[in-house]
Amino acid sequence: MRYDVAVIGGGPAGMAAALAAQKKGASVVLLERDKRLGGILNQCIHNGFGLHYFGEELTGPEYAARFIEKIEKTDVKVLLEAMVLDIEPDLTLTALCPSEGLINIEASAVVLAMGCRERTAGAINLLGSRPAGVYTAGMAQKIINGSGYLVGKKAVILGSGDIGLIMARRLTYEGAEVKLVLELMPYSTGLKRNIAQCLDDFQIPLLYSHTITKIVGKPRLTGLYYAEVDEKLRPKPETEKFIECDTLLLSVGLIPENDLVANLDIQMSPITAGAVVDEYRGTSVAGLFSAGNVLHVHDLVDNVSAEAEIAGAAAADYAAGKLKTDEKIAVTASGGVRYALPQYVYRGEGSVKIYFRVGEAMRNKRLVVTSGSKTVFTKRYFVLSPGEMESITINKSEIEGNIELKLE
Amino acid sequence: MKYDVIVIGGGVIGAAVLDELARYKLKALLLEAEDDVATGASRANSGIVHAGYDCKPGTLKARFNREGAAMMEKLAYELDVPFLKCGSIVAAAADGLDALKELRERGLKNGIPTEIIDREQILKLEPNVSESVEYALYAKQAAVISPYKLTVALAERAVKRGAEIRLEAAAESIEKTDDGFMVKTPKGEFCADVVVNAAGGGAARINRLLGAEEHQVNYQRGDYFVLDTTERKKINLVIFPLPTKLGKGILAAPTADGNVILGPTAINVEEGDTAVTKEGIEQIKSQITKTYRMPDYRKVIRLYSGVRAISGEDFVIQKSALVNGFIYLIGICSPGLTAAPAIAKHVVNELISTYKPLVLKENTIVELERRVKAAHLDADKLNALVKSDPAFGRIVCRCEKVTEAEVLLAIRSAVPATTIDAVKRRVRAGMGRCQGGFCAPRILEILSRELKIPLNEVKKGGKDSFIAMSKIKEEL
Repeated sequence: MRYDVAVIGGGPAGMAAALAAQKKGASVVLLERDKRLGGILNQCIHNGFGLHYFGEELTGPEYAARFIEKIEKTDVKVLLEAMVLDIEPDLTLTALCPSEGLINIEASAVVLAMGCRERTAGAINLLGSRPAGVYTAGMAQKIINGSGYLVGKKAVILGSGDIGLIMARRLTYEGAEVKLVLELMPYSTGLKRNIAQCLDDFQIPLLYSHTITKIVGKPRLTGLYYAEVDEKLRPKPETEKFIECDTLLLSVGLIPENDLVANLDIQMSPITAGAVVDEYRGTSVAGLFSAGNVLHVHDLVDNVSAEAEIAGAAAADYAAGKLKTDEKIAVTASGGVRYALPQYVYRGEGSVKIYFRVGEAMRNKRLVVTSGSKTVFTKRYFVLSPGEMESITINKSEIEGNIELKLE
Repeated sequence: MKYDVIVIGGGVIGAAVLDELARYKLKALLLEAEDDVATGASRANSGIVHAGYDCKPGTLKARFNREGAAMMEKLAYELDVPFLKCGSIVAAAADGLDALKELRERGLKNGIPTEIIDREQILKLEPNVSESVEYALYAKQAAVISPYKLTVALAERAVKRGAEIRLEAAAESIEKTDDGFMVKTPKGEFCADVVVNAAGGGAARINRLLGAEEHQVNYQRGDYFVLDTTERKKINLVIFPLPTKLGKGILAAPTADGNVILGPTAINVEEGDTAVTKEGIEQIKSQITKTYRMPDYRKVIRLYSGVRAISGEDFVIQKSALVNGFIYLIGICSPGLTAAPAIAKHVVNELISTYKPLVLKENTIVELERRVKAAHLDADKLNALVKSDPAFGRIVCRCEKVTEAEVLLAIRSAVPATTIDAVKRRVRAGMGRCQGGFCAPRILEILSRELKIPLNEVKKGGKDSFIAMSKIKEEL
């Protein structure tokens, strides 16, 4: 099989990238490992999606359906239950699917859109027994929303990331008691609106600077010990308390799922755990693009769609030999800005949007963006939270040299 | 139903004894308390096939380690169990040379040749030993094996040879009757002429149930880190520190399935207490750097622990002097995994044979059918499989690249997997870096469909270890 553009992953990023590439006239194959398109959106049955992209509030499946309907009207070749096993440096893909068996796909350009996975109990060195009743938040979400079964009756949630918060509300709706949400950091990594709508509205307590010291129970969870942590995030033994529960949800971070490309020589960012990309979301390997949560973990799916459209369109241009790249201008972050993305932009006309996240919660800060010796942008923020992605737009005509984002 | 022999305990010892027994014209039954074989120490140990240099000469440990190690490669091939003859070193600083020489001497007494090598030679074998390592005792015959896959495969072959296994059949009482033994379990009563107690951590209790010899058992927990398969390229062989009174010490090793493990500790606990503690993981972290310089704790995908049952210095493998027809194995700690096939031969040929004549069956199966690992097949073979059954093209575990067909084969095998953990032990679905985050809901559905039970009756592993609890809105 030969296509101009192959897109790996049929979630929000992959679907938007495929559509954008197709719109540019490219022949496109979209490979999705699940039985249907939509990715994690299919299990996110709450609303709040699409406010930016569609200007209305949709549920996850509704948001996905908008894209699925569009794809069905195009000639994008969709392969379902198709797992990409390997990518060669020449961008040949090997994939396995029940309908076709093992297939090779030659593509002029590839868009990585595999999304992310959840950090696990093992990854955070969760101590104690290893019973049933411990779930990553997304796994619990899949069982509740996908299979229609409740996972437990008395729950504790570790981590105040968005999925954890959403699941606190979801469990409550289904009659479980969410006794406590614990957050290791002194701030939440979730959206403010989710803390209000998912915890505050149901009077679910959220303890900052707390973590689990040990879980107990075998073969089912029966309770856990938790404690306050000091400034080095070490539990203070004297603050340890016990709480009875049969369910523990972990919402302790998301990891871009780049394992597929581990053997390719791609420049990766240690901060985002995704590829280092230019403004077209092109990686250091020519013809290989990356978008969505596999590039960096997003807060809003709307941003994923927008980002993936850039990547998809650029992949089509690349395949057609029309993608213009010249001297790379580096974009760097400092002074409290954790990262800025893309990491490289090009000179030229028009403008370029740069996304950034801060490393910790802060108030009353001024963002100063310089290019060469010139200040090209400033903005005052009253509140900045690590959970929320911010963006700025820079006029390309103002670019003098390397761009730096800094908070003062 | 009357059996010739009942084996109590489905760990590696019980399974190996059953497999050996099943070569003969004997009606043999294995009773296991849990819902699968290999749920105790046999699933949670280092998976090392020890060379056998360090056992005290003249002990059962020394004998069965030597004999078992010599049998293991062939056995692993017959059973199609992952086995890797990677070799091992005991890594020591400059002041450890004398201790290494002593170990080497002991090895020679045990009939196990090893060699002492210097840093330059060590680095050729293992570039990632710590800076301080100057000498090592190299045992090229040491290997690693998947301990739970070995146990499952032994049980499978035993069943294919005609033996029987009852799961969730804990021995609640054992009576000596005029006609042998009667074992009461939740799955019914079973009678036999000979009973073999291979109940691992519970073996001393089984002796007590029957009024056989009392043996004192101490329990020692070993904690481990499991690292992602990405780390496998950073280690070539098993790296031990110098042994201490507590045992072989905290090692770094590749696993036969391609991960890396760091551990075990040796912490005194109550029977069955497998909760990993802070003390445990801190011990590993502080000890491991003395021998291995590449542990990357950001790559930890799992903590686990197993409990060793220790009864004095040596294995206890005996015919009871108090109860005729009763054979017991107590304190089969390290090197019990390595010793298992040799112990099984001994128990059957030298102990059971004194009660039961051993007559070989004709044409007993030797090699198990090779297990399909779809993602590792070449294109033609895989495509032919997918054509015959599309489930071979449907990957359910993305980290370990396990297809639905492989899961189904495990569920339909001679020792059927009926839980999430049992599937995981057989085909590795859920063993990868996402730890079942993505595949567990799919395995749940497959088990529910295949076992014809609702989703909320599928277990993780262990009594009432349900993952889905009740249908939503059901109680409204």
